[in-house]
Amino acid sequence: MMIELIPTAFLYIAAALILPLLPQTRARGALLLLVPLLAAWQVWMLPEGIYARTEFFGLNLELMRVDKLSRVFALIFCLAAFLGNLYAWHVNDRVQQVAALVYAGSAIGAVFAGDLMTLFFYWEGTAIASVFLIWARRTEGAYHTGMRYLIIQVGSGVILLAGAALYWRETGSMTFETMTLGSPATWLIFLSFGIKCAFPLLHNWLQDSYPAATVTGTVILSAFTTKLAVYALARGFAGTEILIYIGAIMTLFPIFFAEIENDLRRVLAYSLNNQLGFMVVGIGVGTEMALNGTVSHAFAHILYKALLFMSVGAVLYRTGTSKASELGGLYRTMPKTALFCLVGAASISAFPLFSGFVTKSLILDATASQHYPIIWGVLVFASAGVLSHSGIKIPFFTFFYHDSGLRPKEAPAHMLWAMGITAALCITIGIYPDPLYALLPYEVVFHPYTIGHVAGQLQLLFFALLAFGVLMRTGIHPPEIRAVNLDFDWIYRRALPRLIAWLAVVVTRLWHAHSAFWQRRMLGIYQRLYASHGPEGRMAQVWPTGSMVLWIAVLLGVTLVVSFLKF
Amino acid sequence: MTTENIHHVSASLGDHLPVLVVLVPFVAAPLLVFIGSRRLAWSIAFAASAISLVISFLLLMRVIGGEVISYHLGGWAPPLGIEYRVDAANAFVLLLVTAIAVVVLPFARESVRAEIPDRQNTLFYALFLLCLTGLLGVAVTGDAFNVFVFLEISSLATYVLIAQGSYRDKRALTASYDYLIMGTIGATFFVIGLGLLYMATGTLNMADIAERLVDQAGNRTVRAAFAFIVVGIGLKVAIYPLHLWLPNAYTFAPSAVTAFVAATSTKVAVYVLMRFMFSVFQPVFLFEVNTLEFIILPFALLAMFAASFIAVFQSDFKRMLAYSSIAQIGYMLLGIAFLTETGLTAAIVHLFNHGITKAALFMGVGIYALRLGGSFLDDIEGAGRRMPWTSAAVVIAGLSLIGVPGTAGFISKWVLVEAALEKGWWLIAILIVASSLLAVIYVWRVIEVLYLKAPKGDVIVKEAPLSMLLPLWVMALACVYFGLDTDLTISAARAAAEGLMAGTSGMR
Repeated sequence: MMIELIPTAFLYIAAALILPLLPQTRARGALLLLVPLLAAWQVWMLPEGIYARTEFFGLNLELMRVDKLSRVFALIFCLAAFLGNLYAWHVNDRVQQVAALVYAGSAIGAVFAGDLMTLFFYWEGTAIASVFLIWARRTEGAYHTGMRYLIIQVGSGVILLAGAALYWRETGSMTFETMTLGSPATWLIFLSFGIKCAFPLLHNWLQDSYPAATVTGTVILSAFTTKLAVYALARGFAGTEILIYIGAIMTLFPIFFAEIENDLRRVLAYSLNNQLGFMVVGIGVGTEMALNGTVSHAFAHILYKALLFMSVGAVLYRTGTSKASELGGLYRTMPKTALFCLVGAASISAFPLFSGFVTKSLILDATASQHYPIIWGVLVFASAGVLSHSGIKIPFFTFFYHDSGLRPKEAPAHMLWAMGITAALCITIGIYPDPLYALLPYEVVFHPYTIGHVAGQLQLLFFALLAFGVLMRTGIHPPEIRAVNLDFDWIYRRALPRLIAWLAVVVTRLWHAHSAFWQRRMLGIYQRLYASHGPEGRMAQVWPTGSMVLWIAVLLGVTLVVSFLKF
Repeated sequence: MTTENIHHVSASLGDHLPVLVVLVPFVAAPLLVFIGSRRLAWSIAFAASAISLVISFLLLMRVIGGEVISYHLGGWAPPLGIEYRVDAANAFVLLLVTAIAVVVLPFARESVRAEIPDRQNTLFYALFLLCLTGLLGVAVTGDAFNVFVFLEISSLATYVLIAQGSYRDKRALTASYDYLIMGTIGATFFVIGLGLLYMATGTLNMADIAERLVDQAGNRTVRAAFAFIVVGIGLKVAIYPLHLWLPNAYTFAPSAVTAFVAATSTKVAVYVLMRFMFSVFQPVFLFEVNTLEFIILPFALLAMFAASFIAVFQSDFKRMLAYSSIAQIGYMLLGIAFLTETGLTAAIVHLFNHGITKAALFMGVGIYALRLGGSFLDDIEGAGRRMPWTSAAVVIAGLSLIGVPGTAGFISKWVLVEAALEKGWWLIAILIVASSLLAVIYVWRVIEVLYLKAPKGDVIVKEAPLSMLLPLWVMALACVYFGLDTDLTISAARAAAEGLMAGTSGMR
């Protein structure tokens, strides 16, 4: 069959080349929808195996390594590309459209890459394509954000290349398979994956850039880059114990920032980071069950995170703002968007019957069964945090709470369709997870709907809901601090958010101090460099003929000395 | 060789290829002045270069397998007679030089018309051919003194060519004068070195010298000769502290001259350096190892960084590229300093790849100078929209300069990193990558100015004429082609490196 011979990524890239030539907006939109479907069909049909081997510069490249792990990621990427493009049907900007195609294609190409070299090519491809989704906003701020994003992403690629080169020297093989941390090569590769996966302290690009992209750009951005990193970690470093702790920290710290953040898209970016933490823990645990949990969670996560970004994006599209303080009461005029947002919120909070529940509990169970009780506790706490900032804060402040007076129109039909399909998928997975489980890399022997799971999760959720309700009723939720009744119980409930807020402030200050210090240092270095190497600097002086001749004499002298010395 | 069995006339013509490659432009130069027709001048120059290109290609195909062609000038047998020797190393350089000449000449037509008064055109092309003759002669000859003679021919022609820039900017005269002083000192050192070698060996044939030097490693005369030759050629190469002539020469020369000279003359000098270091002197000589390790290597690293930093701060695109050239020469010297076959391969591949990259970039600069009146970053603001074809090609070549995968620049840096790792010099491998990041900065500055700044004024700017765009795109596409298909470059460079590393035995 012909289609086997074409790597899936090439379908996207070919479409990206054709797309600018199509004159009609509709034709371009149709192409954008058709390509992911075609690609998904191809991925679905391809039996496992290695295709499209080629040789480049003495290296054997495997452009298409189809196995269960890569297939499920490729499928969800195709699905995400389809939904994202449907959501972006109204966009008539060829730059964004081409970028979205190349971006999705590169992500899928990276997933299918059987060797580190191919992985590097696509790795950089995702970086370069995606930055245009940020720049497409065409504002000064977006330009600078995009620049920072690009530098970090390309930097990650360069580190990957360095690691790959060292790995090649060490092992003589470029094949991308499970590695053990230890040598500089594997550490470099690990670091490069970590940057893209937004490990703690390497995460800032995420919250910086995602909220800065266009309405539709953020939806597309949220799907690929970090999940590609999750895939790469799962492929390369499954069972690496340090990942458990990294992941646990990742689930925790974004919560605090998300609580106090006002821009809802940034809240979602933090919560994205937190969700990645769950997946990273799963990779770190590394058992079959844990990896299943990671993969399925990535699958579900891409959908509900996209759904949340879509709903907030729709609000931003209609009202021009995504700030919690300026929104509220929008359910009156945007009821459908509100409903879809609630579905997304329920999914991310892992309500039973929604997708998050059937996937996250896999990771939690795997952690518990491998005897990491503390980590398990952290994850449970983080789950409650997720509920608070993503599950409740997002829909509550946007669509309910006090009336902002805004009366925007309902979201456009194509956005509603995109959200509707995504929401339906979230619910379907939640109710009937077996097809998803069948896609996973290992056999699943897990039943999410046991009394223990459901009851435990509901307890957690209802208490969190209750707490939130009380906090809001009494007005001590962070953004709205007013005088309150000083009841003992409430002091406890109030002190905690305050403590958290205080912690966040301290951490932020420390971070600022740290970055300010480096900024000063860098500025100093820059100024010194400019003084010496700038156009007026000593190093750049060329005119005096005498100085040139002096240098000749000096160099001749030195060369003679070195030649005459007997070592 | 099989040619001896073929029909007499064709056989003798085929056998004369090594001298014809030099002779054709050498004869064409005065011919062009005698005819004196402005219209014909360009055509003759182009035809002569094209013939040389074909010959170079034929020569490379013959020697790529590792053979050596020895041609006795006038039938006088070496070591008394002058010998032309073609092996993979210099055939590769011949191909580069002639190919650049053939591509730059069509570009030069419009550019020269705009930058140089019409009455000088004939002489300009004659000088161009003389410069080409010199460069080809340096590469092809197997006689040490002959190298000096051809080096002077090309240098004298280059001085005058650079001075032609004075019609646009008088500083070209000073730049040319400086280069003249420096170049003459360099040539003098070189010839002093040759004299010392002659003292020690009594011969000027390179292969012969090499043979007689084998057991003279302890001879102080030989050591002094080595130092003089390295520094003398080092000036032509623009080894880091001896680079001071280069920025001004490149900046103020006419665009076509810069494009040609930047892509060829330093490259030929690098070739000469390699030839003397590996074929004439022995890589096993301790003083040579020491010189490479304690002088060439640190200065190569210094060049990679210092020159790149200077390039980052430049406000003139052309000058930025000149400094970038100094940094890139650092990579080639680094490859030589590794003293391994892979290192030499990297140096030779980079010599080629950087040649085509820089030719493309300087042609782009020439087009901007023609259409926008200058190459300062201020001048080319927003040119990406007004001159999309030119700018796109400049971006491709810029990516190759950085060494982005899929471009020629990546290949050579990859081999260089490979060579560094092969020696176990991690730190240097990291430094190579780090200095490439500096290239990202200065190339990005240009891309930013081209595409993200609004064009100045409402003057309508036309895209460049096809005769300039075509050569530019040929070079830009070559940057991509040689980034994907490395068969020709890598295998030729490897053959060349093998020949050079074989030392004396390679010369026999």
